[in-house]
Amino acid sequence: MKTMRPAPDLSKPRLTTSAMIASIASEGQRTAPAPFGHALVELARQRADVIGMTADLGKYTDLHIFAKEFPDRHYQMGMAEQLLFGAASGLAAEGFMPFATTYAVFASRRAYDFIHQTIAEEDRNVKIACALPGLTSGYGPSHQAAEDLALFRAMPNMTVIDPCDAHEIAQVVPAIAAHQGPVYMRLLRGQVPLVLDEYDYKFELGKARLLRDGRDVLMISSGLMTMRALEAAAALSDDRVHVAVLHVPTIKPLDTETILREAGRSGRLVVVAENHTVIGGLGEAVAGLLMRSGVHVPFRQIGLPDAFLDAGALPTLHDRYGLSRSEVVRQVKEWLG
Amino acid sequence: MDTATTLRVNAPTLAQRAYNIRRNAIRMGEVQGQGYIAQALDISDVLAVAYFHAMRYRPEDPDWEERDRFLLSNGHYAIALYAALIEAGIIPEAELETYGSDDSRLPMSGMASYTPGMEMSGGSLGLGLSIAVGMGLGLKRKNSSSRVYTLFSDGELDEGSVWEAISSASHYRLDNLIAIVDVNNQQADGPSRQVMGFEPLVARLEAFGWFVQRVDGNDLDAVVAAFDTARTHEAPKPRMIVADTLMGKGVPFLEQREKNHFIRVEPHEWQLALAALDAGRP
Repeated sequence: MKTMRPAPDLSKPRLTTSAMIASIASEGQRTAPAPFGHALVELARQRADVIGMTADLGKYTDLHIFAKEFPDRHYQMGMAEQLLFGAASGLAAEGFMPFATTYAVFASRRAYDFIHQTIAEEDRNVKIACALPGLTSGYGPSHQAAEDLALFRAMPNMTVIDPCDAHEIAQVVPAIAAHQGPVYMRLLRGQVPLVLDEYDYKFELGKARLLRDGRDVLMISSGLMTMRALEAAAALSDDRVHVAVLHVPTIKPLDTETILREAGRSGRLVVVAENHTVIGGLGEAVAGLLMRSGVHVPFRQIGLPDAFLDAGALPTLHDRYGLSRSEVVRQVKEWLG
Repeated sequence: MDTATTLRVNAPTLAQRAYNIRRNAIRMGEVQGQGYIAQALDISDVLAVAYFHAMRYRPEDPDWEERDRFLLSNGHYAIALYAALIEAGIIPEAELETYGSDDSRLPMSGMASYTPGMEMSGGSLGLGLSIAVGMGLGLKRKNSSSRVYTLFSDGELDEGSVWEAISSASHYRLDNLIAIVDVNNQQADGPSRQVMGFEPLVARLEAFGWFVQRVDGNDLDAVVAAFDTARTHEAPKPRMIVADTLMGKGVPFLEQREKNHFIRVEPHEWQLALAALDAGRP
């Protein structure tokens, strides 16, 4: 018999699950609209081989902006992710560069074999851009891609990118176009936070970048957790805890040189923070690297538990699973004693 | 220029081509001591027509941009396609003896990066038609007159992805796509129609918007006519040739053997198979 959840306490106030297309930006945060869609339009103006494809999620991956601008270069494949990626392989075989979009859950879990065999194994020049990475939906496990990075990291030939914000997404698009070969890119869509533009930041494929330095803690992070790491670092500095933040947007291939150099600076607690299950993502990639390289440092992970995550409101869930700014601060303080 | 138009008067007949393909396949089966030889024998006539009547290609330049594409979705039929590619002069005959061996360009399951003339990595069944849809779209974008041919097996009709591709090929009116389904009524766990029924196949495919012909896939004249009609038909629809074939065709004792997806052939039987095939040599 299945175990049911207890009925809720109706007397308590509660947040509601946000709509699928809601922004992950916090209130008052600077944002930019649809950075992926606009960057792809810009790229397509320069490169005639760029094609946009989706499986009934154009509006939800910001591809609709491209579709409106270049209707004859856009293919709607219907709600059929296996077809989407197989057809993307076929278009790539004919010399085109498809950007194929869907949700991260569907690319990683439903169409994995198609991506593995028709794109990665054949080394086709397909760019896979997926919205709702990690825990960015309150809809429950059907829409929460907690394991996408682990799955695509394990796939030979695949380059894996987890950008932080709108500034970075706009730069990732031309950068992966300049790279010949399959790429999996996580996508934040809609009103996307702007963070890295204040750090004189430029995305380079395969490069990690130290965004701030600090002598007590080295936070290694990717995706939206870099935003949280920076916020937490600012909060912790008020308590005289000095946190360095190393942003690692390219999960594979990993920038081993920069990670080893920063982690090898003695005396710091190393914390890897990722919007992903603690299994198989950036945390374990860094841990394995450090172990193999003989760098023995205090090491902790901030990430999603090995569990089917709850449905609910994102702020609630990010608190519950340790991804919110306040939870990052709390965990770091706890580890420092 | 079509290959067919370049054939000399004294060029081998299609029956001789089909015989040579079968012979190459049996010789490869002998090298490996096993293989999907019954499927290779059943599809040799279709491959003879594809490579020596219908398709446009240059043996010395397998990646020629103007070629017709041939996608082998059922990767375990690689032994048959290698046999045809050898006959077509795309793979040297001397490589035949490396089939399925270490460092061979002819692995047991077909892969694009291994073999000249192999356009996709099949084997995980149900992939080919999706790739064919993308190639068909791509060729249309390039205003190319090349066609995409794809061969798949009746067992693959179990895969939902095949029907995703069937829907989309029709939606996009891919009249440059010619798919051939080998109905030998055999898949891994038994007769295909018992494993998962797929009839009435013509009616189903027509309902999905395809132009469909059903032929005896071991009747060369009928196969030629089907390929010709598929190429010249005017409706803006993808084209399907449903080819009913006989496992082990051309080697009577294999035709009569209890049908198995992975047919057992004893070591001494390979020579018997060649002898039986040679007895019916055209």
